[in-house]
Amino acid sequence: MHELSITMNILNIVEENAIDLNAKTVHEIEIDIGELSGVDDDALQFAMQCTVKSELLNHALLVINKIPAKARCKTCNHEFDVSDYYAECPECHGFDNDIYQGKELKIKSITID
Amino acid sequence: MCETCGCGHPDNNITFRRPSHPHTHPHVHESSDDSHSRVIKIERDILAANKQLAERNRGYFEAKNIKTLNLVSAPGSGKTTLLVKTIETLKRDINFCVIEGDQQTMNDSERISATGAEVIQINTGNGCHLDADMINKAVKKLNVPENSVLVIENVGNLVCPALFDLGEAYRVVIMSVTEGDDKPLKYPNMFHTSDICLINKTDLLPYVDFDIAKAKEYALKANHHLRFFEISAKTGEGMNEWFDWLRGLK
Ligand SMILES: Nc1nc2c(ncn2[C@@H]2O[C@H](COP(=O)(O)OP(=O)(O)OP(=O)(O)O)[C@@H](O)[C@H]2O)c(=O)[nH]1
Ligand SMILES: [Mg+2]
Ligand SMILES: [Zn+2]
Repeated sequence: MHELSITMNILNIVEENAIDLNAKTVHEIEIDIGELSGVDDDALQFAMQCTVKSELLNHALLVINKIPAKARCKTCNHEFDVSDYYAECPECHGFDNDIYQGKELKIKSITID
Repeated sequence: MCETCGCGHPDNNITFRRPSHPHTHPHVHESSDDSHSRVIKIERDILAANKQLAERNRGYFEAKNIKTLNLVSAPGSGKTTLLVKTIETLKRDINFCVIEGDQQTMNDSERISATGAEVIQINTGNGCHLDADMINKAVKKLNVPENSVLVIENVGNLVCPALFDLGEAYRVVIMSVTEGDDKPLKYPNMFHTSDICLINKTDLLPYVDFDIAKAKEYALKANHHLRFFEISAKTGEGMNEWFDWLRGLK
């Protein structure tokens, strides 16, 4: 359950920012989670519910943008969608590629009062 | 981070703990029609704190020429057995220090301690992985000397430790032939982020359906740069290549 420590990291960063911004309440936390990040949405939402938060964060809704994974072939530069690390290039059938999108674990924005 | 982390030296059992509040807390979300709401862009990596601390650890290790390995595997694949055999064989050539991570017990650090190597045990409580902060604290308590090899035995788990950089120079993933050759397909993140792959318990190959060629093929699909060693920590078969690789780290 690394989602619990991911949640604690999210709450720490959001709280820090919210305090800096003199927020009274955080309504929403928007995050990007890459398909290949190794983090499970449901487990994250569950961990979020199970964690006791300060008054500032107590009503915050977690909105997850799932980011699809994309690779660029190192041999022929072709860009294509992937769903795991074993992707074969549809153009040259090589396996050497860079996954340039889909590993995100990022806080995008917060909605505050 | 929220886990309760007890960390102590085998002799005096120092424990440090952090706040923990794992009870459920259902709550209702009120919809906010409030016109004062503002959306603020944050754009911060969720694991930024761990990554920064891992880089600090890495810089410290490089400055003192401490070669650091992060040993990761499913529970029971033979991390501690391998470490004990490795230290016993190489202790005249290499100065080993060990950080042992387990949820509970001092068992593994006691096995390491018997070899004469310096060791500290981190008990993560409910935590399923080590993080850079725990390593930072453990290294300060352990007093790792210059020009040594620091081996971190992570908590037995092929999922969570993949996400947490500790500042190691090499991540070493161990799979044993009793686990099934499709482990790399099931846990690609761990193989993707590793540098070395040890296939352990080869002495049991005659008794199990484990296809080494297939296991390697699957692992290479997750990571083209993986380097393999086929070993039996029990019989010593194949261990010389591994020892040579370690000697080459100096
Ligand atoms: N047959 C055989 N058994 C082995 C080998 N290596 C380890 N074992 C056995 O596997 C079991 C687990 O070994 P450990 O070294 O404790 O494994 P570990 O990965 O440190 O386990 P955790 O720390 O609990 O995750 C023990 O019973 C070992 O004796 C091997 O090469 N061959
Ligand atoms: Mg062990
Ligand atoms: Zn291609």
